[in-house]
Amino acid sequence: MVRDSQSKSTKVVGVLALQGAFSSHTRVLDSIGVSTQEVRTPQNLASIDALVMPGGESTTMSQLLESSELFEPIKKLIHEGLPVFGTCAGMILLANKIIDGRDDQVSFGAIEIEVQRNAYGRQIDSFEADISVEVFESPFHAVFIRAPRIVKADKAVEILAKFGDDIVLAQQKNVLVASFHPELSPDRRIHEMFVKEI
Amino acid sequence: MAKRENENKSVSSTGSMIVKRGLAEMLKGGVIMDVVNPEQAKIAEDAGACAVMALERVPADIRRDGGVARMSDPEMITGIQAVCSIPVMAKARIGHFVEAQVLESLGVDFIDESEVLTPADETHHIDKLKFTAPFVCGATNLGEALRRISEGAALIRSKGEAGTGNIVEAVRHLRSIIGDIRKITQADSAELFDWAKKLQAPLPLVQEIAETGWLQVPLFCAGGIATPSDAALAMQLGAQAVFVGSGIFKSDDPAPRAKAIVEATTHFRDPEIIAKVSRNLGVPMTGIGMDKIEQRYAERGW
Repeated sequence: MVRDSQSKSTKVVGVLALQGAFSSHTRVLDSIGVSTQEVRTPQNLASIDALVMPGGESTTMSQLLESSELFEPIKKLIHEGLPVFGTCAGMILLANKIIDGRDDQVSFGAIEIEVQRNAYGRQIDSFEADISVEVFESPFHAVFIRAPRIVKADKAVEILAKFGDDIVLAQQKNVLVASFHPELSPDRRIHEMFVKEI
Repeated sequence: MAKRENENKSVSSTGSMIVKRGLAEMLKGGVIMDVVNPEQAKIAEDAGACAVMALERVPADIRRDGGVARMSDPEMITGIQAVCSIPVMAKARIGHFVEAQVLESLGVDFIDESEVLTPADETHHIDKLKFTAPFVCGATNLGEALRRISEGAALIRSKGEAGTGNIVEAVRHLRSIIGDIRKITQADSAELFDWAKKLQAPLPLVQEIAETGWLQVPLFCAGGIATPSDAALAMQLGAQAVFVGSGIFKSDDPAPRAKAIVEATTHFRDPEIIAKVSRNLGVPMTGIGMDKIEQRYAERGW
């Protein structure tokens, strides 16, 4: 990863704030002593050292990424090595291929996974469960909301956690994705893991 | 709390409060649009709605037609679910738990126990804790909001005055709810007992607000939003997302207006963007002054 020269306290994590659970991410990041910047316009990208893409509605965010002229600049930053963390809809935005998306839906193609939208069903099927993350000593309690499913992952993608047979936390170079919502759990370990690598 | 096993081999649970509030979190910063048929649902999704509310008549038409307004035809709701990939909400009458059971069986993502429909019970709201599906309820003040939360609501919205195209009531409700939250955060522990009494709300919920400075669930705005500026006003006042009912499909040209309201909700603090998206949208819904209203929907709910 690039951008490793500064001390931790000066790092700013951008949180894409077009739509969705951005305020929950900001709250978690604040609680672990990280400065945050809400990102709604290209100007907001200037000062950030990493970017979180929250859960929400991926089709809405896709349209707003374009109308807010954020898609191309963010794509360039990810390509240059900006650490990014996408949860749920954020993971859909980062994926190589989207199944059951809209035809006009954009994605950054930043991680070689195929993601199926709403693959676990409607809201009444949304659930919470303990998952075991390889690098953690104890299980992580994960919340899945109308969650997408990673249906295929390239060999280059590192699998960090599974739920049943499904990959639910994965990383490829500077791109970390989760199909669940660590920002809704009181457990900060996944955010800490992301921030440590900035 | 309704619980059931997930199909996955691993242990999991559905319908918990964190899962219900979770979907409300995902809708933040977005626009939920009333739609009466699959065509409108497509227009809403195309415009960037984060969810749609499926109903047979928008509030402006319910107001015009009068009579008893009930849950929509399940056929109409499933028709909208079939064309949408975003969450679909639907309304049940206040206290009509069987309508809510039916909506849950259809797989509706959020049930709105709504004052826009004719109430089925003059004393009791639905016991929402019994359901797996999350509920949104309207409130005109903090006491009402906390009573709904204690019954299990996962999301609170202002009532506003639906179907009027007039934002004044929603502003009153937001200012009342958020203003009282601010005051409670300044109150000492003895005063919280009096607050609970005045609000007719459970003391533990009042104490929690004093501690956290916010409601236990997200707060959205509904009722009377007709323009991009209306949406941004609600957001600047402290709402975390907006419902738009009659304001879109009762306007001259729904698609561009819908898209403009979506953009204004995201960029709610940026007047230049709001000005840009507000250009050439055609005529908004006509709207009604509050003195011309015979039935105030906001007075429904107890």
